[in-house]
Amino acid sequence: MSWLSILALALQTAIGFQGASYALGAVGLNLHFGYTGLSNFGHVGFLLVGAYGVGIAADQGWSIWTGFALGIGAAVVLGLLLGIPTLRLRGDYLAIVTIAAAEILRLLANARPSEPLTGGSRGIGGLSARLGFYRPNFIPSGTYGIGDSFVFSSGQLWSMLWTWGLAVGATLLVWRLVRSPWGRVLRAIREDEDAATALGKNVVVYKLQSFVLGGVIGSLAGAMIVLNAGSVSPTRWIAPLTFALYTVVILGGAGTVWGPVVGAVVYWFIIDLAEGVLGNLWFDISDTTVGAVRLALMGVGLMLLMIFRPQGILGNKKEVMAGGR
Amino acid sequence: MAGDLDGVAPEPGVAKPDPILVADEVQRRYGGLLAVDVGHLEVQRGVITALIGPNGAGKTTFFNLLCGFDRADEGRWTFQGESAEGVKPYKLARRGMVRTFQLTKALAGMTVLDNMLLAPKGQSGERMLASLVPPIWRSQETENLERARDLLQRFKLDHLTDEYAGGLSGGQRKLLEMARALMSQPSLIMLDEPMAGVNPALTQSLLGHVTALRDEGMSVLFVEHDMDVIMTTSDWVVCMAEGRIIAEGRPADIAGNAAVIEAYLGIDHGGTTKGKVS
Repeated sequence: MSWLSILALALQTAIGFQGASYALGAVGLNLHFGYTGLSNFGHVGFLLVGAYGVGIAADQGWSIWTGFALGIGAAVVLGLLLGIPTLRLRGDYLAIVTIAAAEILRLLANARPSEPLTGGSRGIGGLSARLGFYRPNFIPSGTYGIGDSFVFSSGQLWSMLWTWGLAVGATLLVWRLVRSPWGRVLRAIREDEDAATALGKNVVVYKLQSFVLGGVIGSLAGAMIVLNAGSVSPTRWIAPLTFALYTVVILGGAGTVWGPVVGAVVYWFIIDLAEGVLGNLWFDISDTTVGAVRLALMGVGLMLLMIFRPQGILGNKKEVMAGGR
Repeated sequence: MAGDLDGVAPEPGVAKPDPILVADEVQRRYGGLLAVDVGHLEVQRGVITALIGPNGAGKTTFFNLLCGFDRADEGRWTFQGESAEGVKPYKLARRGMVRTFQLTKALAGMTVLDNMLLAPKGQSGERMLASLVPPIWRSQETENLERARDLLQRFKLDHLTDEYAGGLSGGQRKLLEMARALMSQPSLIMLDEPMAGVNPALTQSLLGHVTALRDEGMSVLFVEHDMDVIMTTSDWVVCMAEGRIIAEGRPADIAGNAAVIEAYLGIDHGGTTKGKVS
């Protein structure tokens, strides 16, 4: 494979569905972590309920809209359920509870008794067809792009269109919210809860609002991921996905409006480029090794980022330094 | 004003003509230690009341109880005639009892201006759905902006308007915290050691601001260590030791009070010293 096609493939992943879905997931996490200072280490749990909302709807023969509503509703319930007891406590409790809850949800989906609903470890397949996700696709079939590597099929473009649409829509919503007095209260809570309380702000309610809204955005990302994949199974919704989203948020710039979008594109470009390069060296590396090295690279990258550029690509160094984050 | 306290006898728990805050039988225990045990205290409206006492006297604990940041084991207190015990701190703040902190809590990662704009009460743009529709809150925001700029000018922080609060010096942060508290238009402003760690030149300017607050009709309750500050600034002094109020009076009364001198200088070194509470 030529180096040019490795670059083209990396770019395809970055601006393609992978970049879009990670951007969407990261927008919600950015609202939690970047703007409100909530340490949500179980963001993948929100993605999971969104994914299974769509999956279960397909399995039961309901419409795609019911599937989305189901996922969003579940995300709201999950947010309230986790948020009400923990958000009045110190930040560490939220971190512990969220990481545990996400894991519990995955195990529940995987468990044998849930098979009639979630399909257990086999999951639910063929769901985009059953939900008619591609039916309204107006893009003529065929491939679009340049050369052999940088190409998208009509179906890929269709799911990209929706996922990028949602990612940009969610970003604009967050942009409107954080540039309002409401967003100012969130940032105040991130900086110092007691100070916000002393000025008459009901800190718990604001944290809950942010937590639920970010969770709903996360659930949309989960739904799009399974619509694009055509199936849902428990194996995808593991903690490393949360950490990947954290990497995206920090890479792009936590607490910046467009950070998640830029972060997701750059993240996938680097990850895919690394994979392409590792797979095409003069000696052979097995695929599992490539996967492991990729994860290790992500870890090292995150460390270097925190040391040398804690504000990320779009962040304001002065703000981050002043805040002592 | 201060004159209202003319006829008031300098004794612990004495009644005031127009109290804004009245506390009764307030107790706070830490294990076996009774950190706060205040029988009766009235804080007069429109004057500067200083809360003094040696380290571990329970001043800050009492302070935290009053404004809801700590939970009292027993006791009742009212603020502006309404019950205030067990009330959430943000609700007390909305009712006009606004505090500052011993360790300044400037919102470091926000600009000085954003710090100020956070403070006003009843901002419609702070509701989640309303925040999406700027026309609902824009005019209110503009008014607040004007008031913030005026206050920043008065506190000589106007050249720092767009700086991040984290980049300010310790004294500037104290000024900002006081200006911010003022921005919320409190009726009682509670300052926890406002002069701690501030250089003498700035102390004078801070003191000027404190007396200006009173002259504008606000009530001020502050915890302080510096005797010079207390004697020159306060209208009324409440002295605590070992959790109790041991003396009350005008600064002149307190200066000569035997119980206060004993509490500060400690006639019995070591012997009966109890654990530290601050």
